[in-house]
Amino acid sequence: MSSQHESIIREPLITGDNITYSKITNDILFPVENMPNKAWWIGFSVASLGALLWLCAVSYTFWYGIGAWGLNKTVGWAWDITGFVWWVGIGHAGTLISAVLLLFRQNWRNSINRSAEAMTIFAVICAATYVVSHMGRPWMALYTLPLPNQYGSLWVNFNSPLVWDVFAISTYFSVSLVFWYTGLLPDIATIRDRSTGIRRKIYSVMSFGWNGSVKTWQRFEAVSLVLAGVATPLVLSVHTIVSMDFATSLEPGWHTTIFPPYFVAGAIFSGFAMVQTLLLVTRKVLGLENYITMFHIESMNKIILTTGSIVGVAYLTEFFIAYYSGGEYEQYTFLNRFIGPYWWAGCMMYGCNVLMTQLMWFKSVRTNIAISWALSIIVNIGMWFERFVIIVVSLHRDFLPSSWAMFHPTWVDVSVFIGSIGLFFTMFLLFLRVLPSVAMAEVKLLLKSSSEQEKKKLLKHGNIDTAQVEYYKDSLIKYDSIEQAEYQNT
Amino acid sequence: MNSTKYILGIFDDPDDMMKGIDNLKEKGISIYDVFTPMPIHGIENKLGIKESRLPIAAFIFGCTGCTVAFCMLYYMLVHDWPMNIGGKPHFAVPDFVPICFEWTVLFSSFGMVFTYFYSNHLFPGRTPRVMDLRATDDRFVIAINAKTNYDHNQIDSVLKSAGAVEIKHNDRKYISYE
Repeated sequence: MSSQHESIIREPLITGDNITYSKITNDILFPVENMPNKAWWIGFSVASLGALLWLCAVSYTFWYGIGAWGLNKTVGWAWDITGFVWWVGIGHAGTLISAVLLLFRQNWRNSINRSAEAMTIFAVICAATYVVSHMGRPWMALYTLPLPNQYGSLWVNFNSPLVWDVFAISTYFSVSLVFWYTGLLPDIATIRDRSTGIRRKIYSVMSFGWNGSVKTWQRFEAVSLVLAGVATPLVLSVHTIVSMDFATSLEPGWHTTIFPPYFVAGAIFSGFAMVQTLLLVTRKVLGLENYITMFHIESMNKIILTTGSIVGVAYLTEFFIAYYSGGEYEQYTFLNRFIGPYWWAGCMMYGCNVLMTQLMWFKSVRTNIAISWALSIIVNIGMWFERFVIIVVSLHRDFLPSSWAMFHPTWVDVSVFIGSIGLFFTMFLLFLRVLPSVAMAEVKLLLKSSSEQEKKKLLKHGNIDTAQVEYYKDSLIKYDSIEQAEYQNT
Repeated sequence: MNSTKYILGIFDDPDDMMKGIDNLKEKGISIYDVFTPMPIHGIENKLGIKESRLPIAAFIFGCTGCTVAFCMLYYMLVHDWPMNIGGKPHFAVPDFVPICFEWTVLFSSFGMVFTYFYSNHLFPGRTPRVMDLRATDDRFVIAINAKTNYDHNQIDSVLKSAGAVEIKHNDRKYISYE
């Protein structure tokens, strides 16, 4: 029930005074119901230029084939698959926040799940474009599906992880889309009922006729819970299967059994970093400081630290196993990450992912917005280099030394990558404009239990242990959206 | 005759609304429906709404997906065109696991969501049957059928005493048909 009081020692999830249900709606719908500000236009212009670049580079690739890229006989996978794995990994945080944190009843997910899920969908779109364009002839994508054909029918090889990947990614994308859109229905209905004219008609079609009756909500919650239940193993399976693309091969550096958990942890790690990158800016530009609080930022940093450390342990394990296996090819591959011509890529990978994230053990780092943002970018860079090291650095030293080669990206490689970032941000900025970036209904749920103003009432009227009150006040110091003076006097 | 079709008790606080439901039930007034901007936990017990059977549907859809995937793989790899891949067995069940799993998830989530849309008549373009426009924003609305509950004054006073901020007597069921 909404009046259920929460223990005082839990940090508030909504800060600020005089927050009402209508204020939540007004605050969150402000960017949707008004013309965008200058920051949005600048961002959108830059991002859509990037998207244009992407369009040109991908069209060029389709026209001339993948010879337009810097691939050679030895390095047959490079920026394309690096970009693919990077984007899919980023996508994982959205599902993690919306599904896993729902199962664990982490209420702080309520104000970040919507934009994280949107991010998932856009990241998977970017990843999918890499898959299609690395085929060179995009119509060949049809041959990955088990469709009846004139060769017999000759079916696809279902024993191959690449085919599993087709099924995993397409299932993941469509289930994420359904999860996201179902969650959007009540919020779209809110926009519909507040607007007039053509806007109302459009949002009316999009709202599926939602009216918020008891049964709609009851079934909605059942659907959310079960979807979260099935999406949790799904998200783990997707990156497991992505890792099997490598792990089932005989390539030194790829052929490791630790890949599935290592890739999943890395995916969550990079995904949370991207959520952090986006939300720190979004909260500032859209003025959502009361809903995405320092508690949210710190919690995400804690997850980044945890998963970053898991990734660190996986790196160490890889090195140990390479040493312990006694396989000279395996040992050479791992040593080569530091002493080979790509030593700088190895340093970026280990430095950004393991060393830099260890800074987050310090509370002052976790609660500093500027440093958190910089670290989240560093993690994104480091995770890109991780995939680059795994793919290109493992491949470039062939079994035959006469085939050894370096990979030199062409302008098309670079443009597809930078362009895909532009495409991602174009879609994300459009999303902020037309749909509520925070799940309003879910945030409203927290208002009467975990908001700062309710806790204030508790402090005023409740008979609470003074030690707990002190603990609560101490926990508020990190918040940038709370008037600290109020608490010092009382 | 009184032309009121529905009486709406409009609350700005979910706890007041829950009190309103209790008071109405005490007086034996039947509630048509309740419209809220967010899910209210515990309301379905008060209104006597049975637990949703959607999870059961999801389970059945999931089983269907798993079976369909397994049969498809069996037909293609073992029955229709068994291929000799390094002399390995055609009927390699461990290789079937990932796709069977993916389709279990795919069928259960799509099946459940479409069942949900079907059972609540949600589809793109459906006319929203809304009784009060602020029920999706910041108001908690109890709707009472005025044709079956005759004592309108009593309803009004019960709602008011529970803390309703506004009481509407609507001549039309839905305001969203224009």
